[in-house]
Amino acid sequence: MSLKNAFRAATALSVLATSAAYAETITIATVNNGDMIRMQGLTDDFTEKTGHEVEWVTLEENVLRQRVTTDISARGGQFDIMTIGMYEAPIWAKNNWLVPLDDLPAEYDVDDLLPAMRGGLSLDGTLYAAPFYGESSMIMYRTDLMEEAGLEMPDAPTWEFVADAARKMTDKDNEIYGICLRGKAGWGENMAFLTATANSFGARWFDENWTPQFDSEAWSNTLNFYIDLMNEAGPPGASNNGFNENLSLFQQGKCGMWIDATVAASFVTNPDDSTVADKVGFALAPDTGLGKRSNWLWAWALAIPAGTQKEDVAKEFINWATSKEYIELVASKEGWANVPPGARTSLYENANYKDIPFAQMTLDSILSADPNNPAVDPVPYVGVQFAAIPEFAGIATQVGQEFSAALAGQQSAEEALEKAQALTVDEMEAAGY
Amino acid sequence: MARAVTPQRKALNTAIAWGIGLLIFFPILWTILTSFKTEAQAISDPPVFLFFDWTLENYSVVQERSDYMRFLWNSVIIAGGSTILGIIIAIPAAWSMAFVPSKRTKDILLWMLSTKMLPAVGVLYPIYLIFIRMGILDTRLGLVVVLMLINLPIIVWMLYTYFREIPGEILEAARMDGASLKEEILYVLTPMAMPGIASTLLLNIILAWNEAFWTLNLTAAKAAPLTAFIASYSSPEGLFYAKLSAASTMAIAPILILGWFSQKQLVSGLTFGAVK
Repeated sequence: MSLKNAFRAATALSVLATSAAYAETITIATVNNGDMIRMQGLTDDFTEKTGHEVEWVTLEENVLRQRVTTDISARGGQFDIMTIGMYEAPIWAKNNWLVPLDDLPAEYDVDDLLPAMRGGLSLDGTLYAAPFYGESSMIMYRTDLMEEAGLEMPDAPTWEFVADAARKMTDKDNEIYGICLRGKAGWGENMAFLTATANSFGARWFDENWTPQFDSEAWSNTLNFYIDLMNEAGPPGASNNGFNENLSLFQQGKCGMWIDATVAASFVTNPDDSTVADKVGFALAPDTGLGKRSNWLWAWALAIPAGTQKEDVAKEFINWATSKEYIELVASKEGWANVPPGARTSLYENANYKDIPFAQMTLDSILSADPNNPAVDPVPYVGVQFAAIPEFAGIATQVGQEFSAALAGQQSAEEALEKAQALTVDEMEAAGY
Repeated sequence: MARAVTPQRKALNTAIAWGIGLLIFFPILWTILTSFKTEAQAISDPPVFLFFDWTLENYSVVQERSDYMRFLWNSVIIAGGSTILGIIIAIPAAWSMAFVPSKRTKDILLWMLSTKMLPAVGVLYPIYLIFIRMGILDTRLGLVVVLMLINLPIIVWMLYTYFREIPGEILEAARMDGASLKEEILYVLTPMAMPGIASTLLLNIILAWNEAFWTLNLTAAKAAPLTAFIASYSSPEGLFYAKLSAASTMAIAPILILGWFSQKQLVSGLTFGAVK
């Protein structure tokens, strides 16, 4: 072989070797919901564009939370991208567990992210997780039952109206219940709903000195109102109902109203699964005239754990998955109703998307939630239906059990609040607040 | 002499036994039935039992979305590997406890069992950190070792109970005939205790197959077994019960079939020594 040929062969080999080394495989941990599964199906587009492969670890939400928390706190390095929520993002950023996303390319247009989403996923103005999709909560109601009750749902109802309508729509003999609300204990279950509702009643978790506020009149009003309403107009066994149980009841035509995640709108209006698909209306979550509505704010976002060896590829993936182009890609393959909602302003300016019946109400709900200023009175924490401190999940789950027991009739609202106050004071003192 | 049993009594007993059996099996049956329904039928109220439009759609969706064979293969290696490794370690241990007990044998047996009394999550972090150091996170080898350690007390206890039923004189006779320790265990004890070893093996394969704490927490993409496959279909926000049922059915099918074919060994092994 001549020297020239040998040189050529060596060059060719080294080029091959470099490109092979460059094509990396990243591992992404994610939750099992429609938008994430759709993204997994479209990963080929990312591989085509960049040459990198993706391995998915899909887990149930609570399992995922435990799994990624273990890995990130022990620096296990098992994942290059983690799907996290608005609760984890600021806490983990503060622990230096996440890579800041402050060098996204100009065409990513970070200013296009909805301000509430960007705010909730940032710490001190730096973005640490890119929102893949966002949600709030709103009222979904049966237009036919509302009409039968001789009422008309305003776009922005009060709790008084909702309670009145729920009682009028209830027909227990025919298994129709005016309102279906979460009752199952858990910080992301009944406490998400009740904390957001408490905001609208003027209650808050902590005052500015981190003193728990369950002994306030506003909390008493919230819990008594909720329990009375559910006893009179809610389905039996409501203290066991979470999102899925209520979704099932609503789809079978047993709920007059349901206040829950905006993402449910696409389920209840899908004629394949829902018996009431063509009779559903939407309205903002109710208020009591104090200036705060009872809707929450949540985002599933993609974040890079600090210490991953493949940070650059992970950033490329996030740039692809949360971009405007990705939304176009989903729309072209699966239609506009299936694009991930609630992350970007431009989506809601898109003429094609405006035709989706629940699009505007979802946006209005998201815009009316402010994670930095969630309650009527000032609070020291960030988060609408949670307080973004590490202790919250544990405390709120215990409080949720007390409230769920009160709904089940095992104790009074006052007893539940007393216990909630006592245990929160204990836990917060132990945590050094 | 056998006790006289009237035909009525016999029929009643049979009916009760069948009733209890069906009651225990019903959740599994319901899962299997649900896997052939549409999502809407899966949550319909009143529930439909047999008269619905049977569909295989859920299975095709699950097949399309996940690489079932990879999860299955991981499960086979992890469950099989950990059980075999456990048996290899437990036979000599049980032999010494059954035939040459010391003053502390009873205490050791109890102490071994006490390791099962701590909730697994209590040692999650230490084990996780050890796995990181050793570089065996998300490997089948790591899980084989952990599941072996977790099931080892049960394996030793079961084998110990079976070995105690075997008269020590037989082993003595073998020794007198010049059998070495290895030959004694391998050619005399093991064949005699085969029913016990077989049922220990089967029970531990089932336990390892269903183990869902360590297999979920110590794996990511590469070594994840069928427990992770099921977990990927569970969703708190969205009703995908039919697909979840299809995934569950696919995950339990191999072990269900294994249990069906080996039920004779399982039952005879588990009742071995129950009547003296």
